Amino acid sequence: MTNWKVILTIAKTHLLTKIRQTATAALGVTFGIAAYITLVCFMTGLNEMLDNLVLNQTPHVHIFNEIEPSAVQPIDRYSEFSNAFNVVHSIKPKQSLKRIHNAVPIIDYLNKQENIRGAIPQIKTQIFYVSGAIELGGNLTGVDIMKEVELFNFEDYIVSGTPEALHHNDNGILLGSGVAQKMSLQVGSRIQVSNSKGEAFPLKIVGIYQSGIAELDDIQSFANIKTAQKILGESENYITDINVKLHDINDAIPLAEKIENQFHLKAVDIKTANAQFETGTTIRNLITYAVSITLLIVAGFGIYNILNMLIYEKMNDIAILKATGFSGRDVQLIFMSQAVIIGFVGGILGLLLGLGLSLAIDQTPFNTEAMPTISTYPVNHNPIFYIIGFVFAMISTFLAGYLPSLKAKKIDPVHIIRGQ
Amino acid sequence: MNPVLKAKNINKHFKKPVPFHVLKDINFEIQKGEFTSIMGKSGCGKSTLLYILSTMDTDYTGELYLNNKLVSGQNRNILSHIRNRDIGFVFQFHYLLSEFSVLENVMLPAKKLAEKSHEEIENDAMTKLNILEIDHLARKKASRISGGEKQRVAIARALINNPAIIMGDEPTGNLDSYNADNVFNIFRRLSDEEGLSLLIVTHDTDFAHKTDRIIEMSDGRIISEP
Repeated sequence: MTNWKVILTIAKTHLLTKIRQTATAALGVTFGIAAYITLVCFMTGLNEMLDNLVLNQTPHVHIFNEIEPSAVQPIDRYSEFSNAFNVVHSIKPKQSLKRIHNAVPIIDYLNKQENIRGAIPQIKTQIFYVSGAIELGGNLTGVDIMKEVELFNFEDYIVSGTPEALHHNDNGILLGSGVAQKMSLQVGSRIQVSNSKGEAFPLKIVGIYQSGIAELDDIQSFANIKTAQKILGESENYITDINVKLHDINDAIPLAEKIENQFHLKAVDIKTANAQFETGTTIRNLITYAVSITLLIVAGFGIYNILNMLIYEKMNDIAILKATGFSGRDVQLIFMSQAVIIGFVGGILGLLLGLGLSLAIDQTPFNTEAMPTISTYPVNHNPIFYIIGFVFAMISTFLAGYLPSLKAKKIDPVHIIRGQ
Repeated sequence: MNPVLKAKNINKHFKKPVPFHVLKDINFEIQKGEFTSIMGKSGCGKSTLLYILSTMDTDYTGELYLNNKLVSGQNRNILSHIRNRDIGFVFQFHYLLSEFSVLENVMLPAKKLAEKSHEEIENDAMTKLNILEIDHLARKKASRISGGEKQRVAIARALINNPAIIMGDEPTGNLDSYNADNVFNIFRRLSDEEGLSLLIVTHDTDFAHKTDRIIEMSDGRIISEP
C-alpha cells in the first residue's frame, strides 16, 4: 500500500524549497536532450541528403549484360578430362550482345511483381558531341523520361528546362551542364551528336542536366529511348539496361540474385554498388549517438550528485519519516520520484529546446552546387528521435536517482536519532 | 490486566567496536493508561531498550508484544505500519520537517496511514494542536517556531493517529525548565484525561518522580520495577 499522494507531496516540497538545485539538475537534462535532438535531427538530415545525392539516381537493382569470360569453359564440359589438370591460355570473353535479349517481356514481367515499384528500360551508348571541328566524347542515355521522374526524382537534376519538354520532343536532348558550359550552349540551342559510325544527328537542347557530380555532368546527356535507338540505328526492342526501383530497399539483394539466375543477366543491387555510403552513414550515426549519450550521462551525474547532497541534508527528515511509520520503500520512492520529476521536466524542456534549435537550423540558408533543390540545411524531424530522447532522459534520471534513493532506503533511523 | 506493551527476555549485543552485552534479560509490562518512566545513568541501555520497544531496532533476541500481539520478527513494512498506527514518538530533538508547516507536520503520519479523508485528518490535527494550545501556529513553518513550541508540535504529531502508546526519548532533555514543566503537564493531562499510555526515558529525577511508575535500569538490567 503505497500512498502516492503523500510521497509526491513530500517530493514536491523538497524540490520546491531547493528550487535552485532542482533547476540546475533539470537544466542539465534539458541541455543533454536538446543537444541530442539537435544533433541527431541535423546529422540524420545531412545523412539523408548525402544518401539521396547518390541513391536517388541509383536504381535498387541494375540489370545489364556484362562482357565476361564464360564461367564454364568448354574443356570443363569434357568428362574425360574431369580429373586432369587443364591449362588453357588466352581465355577471351564470350561473344555476347550488348542489348538485353527479350528486354520488353522481362520489363513487363518485373512490373507485375508486387515488391517492385517500377522497372524501366534504358539505352546506354557512347556518342560524340560535335561543335564545329571539335568532337567531345560523351555518354547518351535513352530514357523513358516521365518514368525516370516518377521513380528516380529526375526533375531534381534538371536545372533548366522541364522533363515534359523532352517527353514531347523526339529530337530533344537533356545536355549535361559541363558539356553545355564547354560548348557555350543554352536551352533552345541545337547540337550535333554523332554515333560511333560517324553519322551525325542534329538535336535540340530542351534542358540542362546537373547531378552535382562534375565528372558525370561533363559527359552525360539524356534523350528519349526512341531517339537513342534512332541514333544507334537499332530497332525498337534494343534495350541495354533495366533499372528497378523497389518498395523496400532490403529486397534488393535477393531480387538481384533471383534475376541473375532466372534471366542469365548481370544484376547489381544497390547495397553492393554503394557499400561505402552505408559505412559513412553508420559511422556518422555512431558519432551522433556517442556524443548525445555522453551529454546525457553528464546530466545523469548532475542529478546523482544533487540527490546525494539532498539525502545528506535530509538525514533527519528521513529518520523522522521512518520513525513515524514511513517504510524504507516509501522513503526510496520519495527520492526516486524527485529524480523522475527532474528528468520529466528537464526532458520535456529539452525536447522543446531541441525542436526550436532544429527548426532554426532548418531555416538557415544552405546553397550547394551538388543539390540544386536544397536551399536550407537539411533537418530530419523524425518523431522517433523525440521519443528516444525522452525515454533516454527518463531512464538516465531513473538510474541516477536509484542509487542515492537506495541509500536513503537503507538509512537506520535509530542511528541518526541517537547520533545527535 | 491488559498490558499495552510486554517485553519478554529481551537481550541485545553490540558487536562493534567491541562485543558488548547491552541489554540483559529485560522483562516487563506496561498497562493501559499507565504513565511510566525509565530511569538510569548514561549508557545503562535505557535508550537502546526504548528503540527496541519502538520497533525501529530489530537486532535483538526475545519477544516483544504490542496490544498482546507478537511484534518481534515481523518484516519491516509491517513494523513501519505498526509504528505508524500504534506508536507515537517524541524525541529529545524536535525533529520536525522544517520545510513543512506545523499543520502539515502533524498531519503527515495520518496521511501515511490513509484511513481518513484529508478534511478529517486536518480536523483531527487542529484538535490535537488545540489540546496542546498551539493551534495559532498551525500555518507557520516548522522552522520558524521556538523549541518549546516545536516539542509540543512533535507531541501533537505523535498523537495524530490515536496510538496505543506514546514513547519519548528524553523529550524534556533539550528544554528549559519552564518548557520542560509544560511538556510534563501535557503528558500528565493526556494520561489522566485521555487515558493514554506513556513510556518516557529520562534521567531527570524530578520528571520521573511525578510519573505513575519508575523502571530503573543499571548496566543493562532492570533493577527496580514497582
